[in-house]
Amino acid sequence: MRELIFYLLIIGAGTGGELCVTRAMKAVGEVKNFRPAALVGVLARALRVWWMWAGLTLMGTAFFSLLAMLSRENVSLVVPVTALSYGAGALGGKFFLGEQVTPRRWAGVLLVCIGVTLVIMGRR
Amino acid sequence: MKSSAGLHFKTYLLIFLMVMFGPLGNVLLGKGMKRIGAVSIGTPAGALDLLSRILTSGTIWLGIASLITFFAAYMLVLSWADYSYVQPASSVAYGMVALLAHFMLREVVTPMRWMGVLLICLGVLVVGHTPPRTTEPS
Repeated sequence: MRELIFYLLIIGAGTGGELCVTRAMKAVGEVKNFRPAALVGVLARALRVWWMWAGLTLMGTAFFSLLAMLSRENVSLVVPVTALSYGAGALGGKFFLGEQVTPRRWAGVLLVCIGVTLVIMGRR
Repeated sequence: MKSSAGLHFKTYLLIFLMVMFGPLGNVLLGKGMKRIGAVSIGTPAGALDLLSRILTSGTIWLGIASLITFFAAYMLVLSWADYSYVQPASSVAYGMVALLAHFMLREVVTPMRWMGVLLICLGVLVVGHTPPRTTEPS
């Protein structure tokens, strides 16, 4: 049960964090100048967006949940299971960011889910 | 569109760094956390003790450094290469994690787990071959 909660946090908080950071970066606007001074300016603007702080908090939660799972289970199990974030990302992209998820992308997500199922079933 | 041997070289180099350092970071984090032992947070004092053990582990800092290297390579390569070109490369990392876990941590990776990793790589590859932008830029 505890493992399930950690996996849900890794996938849910990790994906939620990435979606929030994406939303923050969309609010900041497209980065066209990659000079260090310009990048510092982009970072400063991003840190003034609420979504960025929400994203960083969620990603931090996901990172410590990953550490917790790695203390309990093999890396060759934990990391592939986190690929389920592709499914969560597709759902979040569709409903949170209004992206068009094509049938081909859903097919890819389905393959990932089947792969994760095999990884879990391949436990000795 | 830029096309030169130099551009190709630096793109392949950075994708190589991504595929090496991302999985290496995860494997090092795994090794460090296994040494610390199974995490169970009962009290605030226990949580603080755990945090101090995590932050004083050299292996975990090496893992974090590897993940930062991965992230830097990822951000840099995305500054000139297409997301749809770079993203499928990340699928190879799942295979690399299994390989590194097998050889560095002596983890037993069963044939069924290898098959699962292969399907995950394939799935990520399919996702990567879809249009990288489906919304209008704001």
